[in-house]
Amino acid sequence: MRIGEVNLDQKMTKEPILTIKGISKAFPGVQALDKVDFEAYAGEVTALLGENGAGKSTLMKILSGVYKADEGEMFLNGTKIEPQNPHQAQELGISIIYQEFNLTPNQNVYTNIFLGREPMARGLAGKLGFVDSRLMRQHSEKLLAQVGAHFGNDRLVNSLSVAEQQMVEIAKALSVQAKVIIMDEPTSALGKEEVKVLFDIIQDLKKQGLAIIFITHRLEEVFEIADRAIVFRDGRRAGEVKVAEATTEQLIGLMVGRALDRSQVHERVAATQEVVLKVQNLNRKGVLHNISFELHRGEILGLAGLVGAGRTETARALFGADRMDSGEIYIDGKRVEITSPDSAVKAGLALVPEGRQTQGLVMIQTVEKNIALPNLDALSRNNFVNRGKMRHLVQTYVEKMNIRTPSLEQRVLNLSGGNQQKVVLAKWLASNPKVLILDEPTRGIDVGAKAEVYEIMNELVQQGIGIIMISSEMPEILAISDRILVMYEGRIMGELTRANATQERIMTLASGQVLEAS
Amino acid sequence: MAKNLSSTHEVRQPSLKRRSFKVVSSQELGVILILITLIVILGATAREKFLNPNTIFNMIRNFSWIAVAGFGELLVIIIAGIDLSVGSTMAFSGLISAMLLVSEFPVPVAVIGGLAGGLLVGLVNGLLVSKGHLPAFIATLGMMSVVRGIVYGVTQGQPVMKLPLGFLNIGRVDVPILGLKVPLPVILMLVIAVLMHMFLSKTIWGYRIYALGGNEQSTRLSGVNTGWLKILVFSLAGLMAGTGGILMTARLGVAMPNAALGYELDVIAAVFIGGASTSGGSGTILGVLIGAAIMQVLRTGMILLGIDPYWQNAAIGMIILISLMVDQLRRRS
Repeated sequence: MRIGEVNLDQKMTKEPILTIKGISKAFPGVQALDKVDFEAYAGEVTALLGENGAGKSTLMKILSGVYKADEGEMFLNGTKIEPQNPHQAQELGISIIYQEFNLTPNQNVYTNIFLGREPMARGLAGKLGFVDSRLMRQHSEKLLAQVGAHFGNDRLVNSLSVAEQQMVEIAKALSVQAKVIIMDEPTSALGKEEVKVLFDIIQDLKKQGLAIIFITHRLEEVFEIADRAIVFRDGRRAGEVKVAEATTEQLIGLMVGRALDRSQVHERVAATQEVVLKVQNLNRKGVLHNISFELHRGEILGLAGLVGAGRTETARALFGADRMDSGEIYIDGKRVEITSPDSAVKAGLALVPEGRQTQGLVMIQTVEKNIALPNLDALSRNNFVNRGKMRHLVQTYVEKMNIRTPSLEQRVLNLSGGNQQKVVLAKWLASNPKVLILDEPTRGIDVGAKAEVYEIMNELVQQGIGIIMISSEMPEILAISDRILVMYEGRIMGELTRANATQERIMTLASGQVLEAS
Repeated sequence: MAKNLSSTHEVRQPSLKRRSFKVVSSQELGVILILITLIVILGATAREKFLNPNTIFNMIRNFSWIAVAGFGELLVIIIAGIDLSVGSTMAFSGLISAMLLVSEFPVPVAVIGGLAGGLLVGLVNGLLVSKGHLPAFIATLGMMSVVRGIVYGVTQGQPVMKLPLGFLNIGRVDVPILGLKVPLPVILMLVIAVLMHMFLSKTIWGYRIYALGGNEQSTRLSGVNTGWLKILVFSLAGLMAGTGGILMTARLGVAMPNAALGYELDVIAAVFIGGASTSGGSGTILGVLIGAAIMQVLRTGMILLGIDPYWQNAAIGMIILISLMVDQLRRRS
């Protein structure tokens, strides 16, 4: 199954290229890491797993010189290293590719690859600060070929797709002769095809003898790409497994410290036949074409499709965040005019957007203020906010949704991803919407928090709210939805019921093919 | 589940404790310390000149219009914008009032006319930013010139003088409170400060303004009409600048076409010294008051100490930079 499998035992006995011993790191109020060990081997992919807040990112930031460890040691090729900043870590051969790319969008590919390390021209010109752009192009062409990129050197980064931008990031990492490449959730923004391309690149890098540290939340990817998996829990190392011998349940068990009850997401009251939302011929030039569908009270309608199929765009147009060119929207049978998010909120819609940090929350503000924001009208009298009422409401939802925060006055930027997402949910639930649109509600949050989100969704539909859920995770869509709409290039390709939906059927529709009559 | 119980328990506890200490935030505390240090230094070096009620109230009287304009500027800076047109707006409002007065309109009409002029400039700023999608820096830079140009054009460069006593009294009358003669502009400034503080910290508009500055996208997607809110913020900023302009004109007794020239820098400096963030989302009225006080203590102090006036701006600029750098260092640690 796996090419490297035969050599695996050999490799295990080999000295690791990277050894981390007894690293601890405390932040005010939290022991983020508590004497953790970690190893990575050349020519291997080591997956680093754990719930949000388990300490994965902290360790990687220490490794790449962003943070300083309180105690512990790190060795690269047997030499002790103490990177003081990301630049030094890079020089040592440790490159990190963050979820959010570090590229300058208005510049071309090769400028980005060599940003900050531009080769100087020879002689006087170089001394005066002129760069050798020819050398730069040659090098970058080689690097692009190495990662299997098909786009040219001169393309501006902002004209590239997310997957292509990631290739630029990888090329950039390679350009410093990296020995260890850390990838922080590299697949979270990619479509299925793009993930395949990325995995091919990773296999290639493995063969070239690099050590890859792969941080992810998607367990199936661990089985697809990783050789070993190290699991963190609550700032400690919970265990290590050889992926070839591990099971999903085993990994989840290590991550959460208890087995996840998968059955809970299946038990659901069937939706009613009462139509709460009706969308007719929604159009947005070049983006959405004749989108029509109905949503019932107490129903979860899954919106499936590949990245770029128009799911987020549908949600945004529906919510008034983007202008629609034509289309009619009915709520409870009554035509509503939605021209902006505030009119959408008044009509009874709520949107949990895909980027919780950039669109869902005001990161520098407190849990309290974030939850209060869409509900200020209800929490005020004569435009003066009633603090007591506000605290009461916020407190209620913090408890109800089990948001783990030291106080209501905690800034949301200090919360873990899962808890941040629950704050976004809480702020909308408090507004008593009729229709709740969830755009990738569980992206980037850990297994435990995911289960909690599903539980909340279940409760909501029981209260009669209609939910539209956009998700790129097929198992999630299949497990949660009562009905599934599949989109492709801005059109609805087909509808599947809970009974007849399969991964194959969804994929067929999502890639623009028509289902054969069954 | 045991985890859940402990977490909800944690949630309840600290909130009460925290709030009682939160009358003055640590951010403001730092600036207050700077102010006290300055006063102590000046008190020690120029004791009899500096520490008498007359000097002090004169100082406060003079900074009152910077502070009032600063309250408006604060709103704009909280939403991560900037208003460069405050100085021009102050001159514009003062001029409108003065012209109405010399045309023998009663004082209340002249004051309302001046305020309306300020509001109008702010409204245009708001529309340019909100509907015209111009960056605040550019929109208000343009308006700074346009408004100043109107002031020059209308007056043909000549000051408007001979304003009636009823108007001048706004800037000159002292109200006896507890045996002290408190200048009227100071009282007005404090009243406006209290009102603006309430507006920012207690009304839904204040909540939304902070949210808008913290993250515009999230705020819009939370159902807040952000376009309208921006217009409101800039309009209020214009109104505050207009108020400052009227206080200034009443105090000086003349509407000069070049009045308040360069004041935008003092006003903006006061806001930032008071702890507002350049990236938006934070800042308080109390901070602006202290920031404006620091600016004025510096200016008065240097005059009292006999520092060469030609060098005073350089000194002030450096002190602004130092205080902001101290603030940055404090924030990072």
